[in-house]
Amino acid sequence: MFAHEFFRNALLAGTLIALACGLVGYFVVLRAQVFAGDALSHVAFTGALAGAAAGIDTRVGLFAATIAIALLLGGIGERASADDVSIGVVFAWILGLGVFFLALFARGSGGGNGLLGARALFGSIFGLSVGDAQLAGVIAAAIVAGVLMLARPLLFASVDPEVAAARGVPVGLLGLAFLVLVGATAGEATQAVGALLLVGLLAAPAGAAQRLTANPYLALGLSAALALTAMWCGLALSYAIPQLPPSTAVIAVATAIYLLAFALTAARPARAARASRHPSPAPGRELDWDR
Amino acid sequence: MPITSALVQAGPSLDPISDLRQLTAFPFMVTALEAGTIVAVMAGVIGWFMVLRRQTFAGHTLSLMAFPGASGALLIGFSAAAGYFVFSGVAALVIGLAAGTQRAGNRGEESAVTGTVQALGLACGFLFLSLYQGVLANYESLLFGTFLGITGGQLLTLALVAAIALALLAIVGRPLLFASLDEGVARARGVPTRALGLGFLALLGLAVAETAQITGSLLVFALLVAPPATAQLITLRIGPSLLLSAVLGVLVSWLGLALAYFYNYPVGFYITTVAFVMYGGVRLLTARSNRSRPARGRARAAADGA
Repeated sequence: MFAHEFFRNALLAGTLIALACGLVGYFVVLRAQVFAGDALSHVAFTGALAGAAAGIDTRVGLFAATIAIALLLGGIGERASADDVSIGVVFAWILGLGVFFLALFARGSGGGNGLLGARALFGSIFGLSVGDAQLAGVIAAAIVAGVLMLARPLLFASVDPEVAAARGVPVGLLGLAFLVLVGATAGEATQAVGALLLVGLLAAPAGAAQRLTANPYLALGLSAALALTAMWCGLALSYAIPQLPPSTAVIAVATAIYLLAFALTAARPARAARASRHPSPAPGRELDWDR
Repeated sequence: MPITSALVQAGPSLDPISDLRQLTAFPFMVTALEAGTIVAVMAGVIGWFMVLRRQTFAGHTLSLMAFPGASGALLIGFSAAAGYFVFSGVAALVIGLAAGTQRAGNRGEESAVTGTVQALGLACGFLFLSLYQGVLANYESLLFGTFLGITGGQLLTLALVAAIALALLAIVGRPLLFASLDEGVARARGVPTRALGLGFLALLGLAVAETAQITGSLLVFALLVAPPATAQLITLRIGPSLLLSAVLGVLVSWLGLALAYFYNYPVGFYITTVAFVMYGGVRLLTARSNRSRPARGRARAAADGA
C-alpha cells in the first residue's frame, strides 16, 4: 500500500489536513459555529470554480474566497459570530455564484465542467501530486500552529465571552481570526475530502471528543487524534475497496466514531437527562475551566 | 440550465406588458413560473418558522438529502420518492432527537450532529453515484437546481406537497409558534415542545426534499431562508410577516426567472442573487432606522432572543 506514490502523497496531505480539521473543528463545535464552517466549505467550491473560470490555479481562488467570506461573516455578526440567518442568506448566494462560475467555465472549456465540479465538491485526495501534497502539508501545518497559538485565549473567549472580555481578552478580534482559520482550513481540506463532505471532518471528531471528556485541552487533543484516525482508516479502507471513494470512507469512519462516542456515553445520560429537565446547570458534563 | 438564446427574440424592453408577454410565450416558462410560485409560497411559510426557530442549518441539511435519496434510488432501481423519504426522514429524526436531548443554551452538539448527518448523507450520495459509474449527469441540477423542464405531473406533485405541508402547518401553527417563541413557558403550559420540534423538522424535511427533487436543493434553500428573514426584519407582527414572507418569495422567484430568461445564465444564480440583495438592502435600511429608534431595536432583540 505504501509502495504507491499516490498513496504516500495522500497520506502526507491527509494526515496534516486531518490534524488541522480536528483542532479547528473542536472550537467550531464549542462555539456552535458548525453552520459557519459548513458555509465556508461550500464557499471553497465557489472559489475553486471562480479560479477555474478565470483561468488561474484553483487553489488561489479557493483560499481567496474562503478567507474573504470568513471576514465577511465575522463582520456582519455581533462579536464576530454571525447568526444563523445571515450565514444562510450569504451562503445561498455563494452557492448561486458557484453555479454561475460553473456555467461560465463550462462555456469557456466546452463541457469539461463535470469532472472539475465533482472534484471540487467531493475531493480527490488520491489525485494529488508530490508538490500538491507538500504544499497542502505546509499550509495545514501553519493552520495547526495558528490554532495552537490561539488555543488558550480562544478557549476562554468561547466558554465565557463576557468574563473574557472583562479580563481584557480581545473577544471580537479572536473570533474574526478564528473564522479566518476556519476559512483556511476549508480551503485546505476541500482538496482532501471535498467542499461538501468537509463539514463532517470538522464536526464529527470534535463532537465525539466533547462527549468523551469535559477537559478542554484533552478534548482538543482527542478531537485531533480522532480526526487523524478517521483519515487513516478511511484512506486504508478506500485503498482496500476500490469502489469506495476516499472521501466517503473518511466521512463514514468519522461518523462511526461519533456514534461510538454516543454509545459509550449513553450510560451516563440517565443523570444528564435528569439534570437537563431541571433548569439548573448540569453537573459533570459542563466544561471545567479550572482543571 | 441556461435557456437557449435562440428562444429569446429580443432582450427586455422597458415596456412591462410586452416583457410579460414574452415571458409567458412559451409553455415551459409558464410551468416554471407556476412551479416557482408554489415553491416560493410553501418555502416562505415553512421557512418563516425555520428562521424563527433558528434552524437554518437543519433546513439546509435536510434540503441536501434529496441528493443521496435520488442517487440511492437510482442505484437500487427504486423510485426516487422512496429514496428521499428514507433519507430526509432519518435525517430529520436524528437532528430532532439531538436538538431535543441537549441542554438549553448549548447548541454545539446539535450543530455537530447536524453537520455530521449532512456530510454522511452527501458521502452516501457520492458513493451511490460512483457505484453507478457516474452516469448521473444531472447531479448538478439535483444540487443546484432549476425551475426549467418541469413536467405537468411534477407541477401537480409540487402543488400537492405544498398543500399538505401548509395544511399540516396550519393545524400545529399556534402551539408551534408558542413553543418557538418561548419554549420554557410553552412547556410549563403543557405544550409538547419536543414532539412539536421533531414534527416540525420532519415536515420541513419531507416538504423540502420532495421539492428539491424537482427544483434542486439550492433553490429551495434560498427561498426557505431569505424571504422569511427579510420579512422578519420588516415586521414582527405574525400575520403580516408570514404573508410578506410568501409574497417576497414569489417576487424573488419571478424576478430570478425573468432575469434568467433574458440574460442567459443559470436560474439558481439569479434567484439567489436577487434574494441576497433584497435581504442585504433591507438589513442595511432597518439597521439605520433602528439606530435612530432604539426602542424598536430593543423590542426586536427581545423577540430574537426568545
